[in-house]
Amino acid sequence: MTPKVITANALLSGDAIWLTADDQWSGNISEAELIEDEAHGQIRLLDALMNGDVVGAYLADAAPGADGPQPVHFREAFRTRGPSNYAHGKQESL
Amino acid sequence: MYHYNDFDRAFLAQRNAQFRAQVERRIDGSLTEDEFKPLRLMNGLYLQLHAYMLRVAIPYGTLNSAQMRQLAMIAERWDKGYGHFTTRQNIQFNWPALRDVPDILDALADVGMHAIQTSGNTIRNVTADHFAGAAADEIADPRPVAELLRQWSTDHPEFQFLPRKFKIAVTGAEADRAVIFSHDIGIQIVQRGGETGYRIIIGGGLGRTPMIGKVLCDYLPAEDLLPYVESIVSVYNLLGRRDNKYKARIKITVHENGIDTIRDLVNDRFALIRPQFSGVDQDMLRGIARHFALPDLQAGSAGNFEAAKSDPIFRSWADTNLTAHRHPDYAIVSISLKKHGATPGDASSAQMRLMADLAEGYGHDELRISHEQNVILPHVHKSDLPAVHAALKSAGLATANIGLISDIIACPGMDYCALATARSIPVAQEIAERFDALKLEHEIGPLKIKISGCINACGHHHVGHIGILGLDRAGVENYQITLGGDGTETTVIGERAGPGFSADQIVSAVEQLVRAYLSLRTAPDETFIQTYRRLGLSPFKTALYPQEQANAA
Repeated sequence: MTPKVITANALLSGDAIWLTADDQWSGNISEAELIEDEAHGQIRLLDALMNGDVVGAYLADAAPGADGPQPVHFREAFRTRGPSNYAHGKQESL
Repeated sequence: MYHYNDFDRAFLAQRNAQFRAQVERRIDGSLTEDEFKPLRLMNGLYLQLHAYMLRVAIPYGTLNSAQMRQLAMIAERWDKGYGHFTTRQNIQFNWPALRDVPDILDALADVGMHAIQTSGNTIRNVTADHFAGAAADEIADPRPVAELLRQWSTDHPEFQFLPRKFKIAVTGAEADRAVIFSHDIGIQIVQRGGETGYRIIIGGGLGRTPMIGKVLCDYLPAEDLLPYVESIVSVYNLLGRRDNKYKARIKITVHENGIDTIRDLVNDRFALIRPQFSGVDQDMLRGIARHFALPDLQAGSAGNFEAAKSDPIFRSWADTNLTAHRHPDYAIVSISLKKHGATPGDASSAQMRLMADLAEGYGHDELRISHEQNVILPHVHKSDLPAVHAALKSAGLATANIGLISDIIACPGMDYCALATARSIPVAQEIAERFDALKLEHEIGPLKIKISGCINACGHHHVGHIGILGLDRAGVENYQITLGGDGTETTVIGERAGPGFSADQIVSAVEQLVRAYLSLRTAPDETFIQTYRRLGLSPFKTALYPQEQANAA
């Protein structure tokens, strides 16, 4: 299967977040757990959907990178940065 | 404009208190997201790509200065210092935190505003001609009727779970500035034999399956409006398809059943419920109409208005951004939120405050938001225009481009929207900057470009003279062009020109189209859309796809 990460939005801020291997939620996709086994991915997703502090968890395609998982699709890449018309969102602190 | 009474204030206070408690229960874990989501959507709160988004209704696009200042305050205190005005006369805040939303809603209630029914399968914000009450070509101000419909539809128990969302627009003029043929119900105030009534159009819509509205009733007596509209929505509520989201809008109901069948059903329903309308609605309408009395306009000399035109910058602005007012000594001022390179429809808190000051000082305290994402000062005395222009200029709000190529409608697209398939805003920014650099904008003349970042068509691309639709083609942004669309009283759905263009190619493709137009027009006063109607798609297709044409030859 295509490697995947689990991503969602944080309940309070709405910010894009990713599930790490040690069950934390990070604002940085490179800290996410890269999932390469489909059954494991489904179990991790079920866990994520049970978490009341995150909203709308789903599996997104990702690729391994030197610093950790990287987005594959442009939509997911935008979620790691923020909008292109203002330097708002995550890119503010990059 | 309409001012809330005790009933309105009490309703809103109660509703906001309910939502505050719902937010608290979501945060403490008593409510799951599945339980909370319909509640937040009923109150206009979406979750987008990077944050929550709160969509606030601006009924029929009318605001006073206090309301505009409150929007500025909200943007500054709880958002990132700006707001985005939309194609349905709403304002969207792109960065509110969930905990702050109840406070924002209370701040809105303080100035008689809310976010109720700006989402969900309900009757949405009732929109109207942004020149209402000021336009020289108007039969009557459409806003009293729009306000009556707002009051009737807000929390209407029968219509909280319609098959799909439902949008109503009203115009009081023959020239359609409210896009009534692309709404679920379009209402036009008309006159017959000295009596004023309504022409009712239903089943228009853009989106995945664009349809031009059909006339359901050519002349409806004024006092029948509310029961008739209620009959339409009742028929739709029962007949509309709930099995398929893409076939659930009334345009599909009308298409599948035929306008004559729908008319029969509406008439049956109307016969049943009309006797229940005792005339209270008409009493209320008369009461509402008093809120919309024309301000106290003063006859008087235009002062140095003509002399100020010796300044070419002022003259250019006066030529493009002013519209004839019903009073000869006044003008309607359109404030462009489309400065070249800026995000269409965005205004900073400072800009909102300046516009509020101008409305208070020079505009009888009225502002309008247009579906074209600009702000209007509907009643400005001509002698005040030089001062208004100077103030606007100081805030980057004096761009002389209303109705021109850089006055682009663009939805938020994938910079914000969770539904989008591609970005819209950067395309709009680059087109505006390209033609500004080419110094061709004024030579090109009237031209409407409308950009949507997905098939749902919030950017009205189907009715743009040049429409651009952003799609995801195999994981890459791709932009399809439609040509010849028209969103006025002569509504036409544009034709697809051919294969789409990449993000790198789309701006040059638009330039090729425009250069083709400039070489094809018979005279400088033949507009893009006139040239297109005269010649059709073919020469523009050649301009867009020269290689294909060469291969075919």
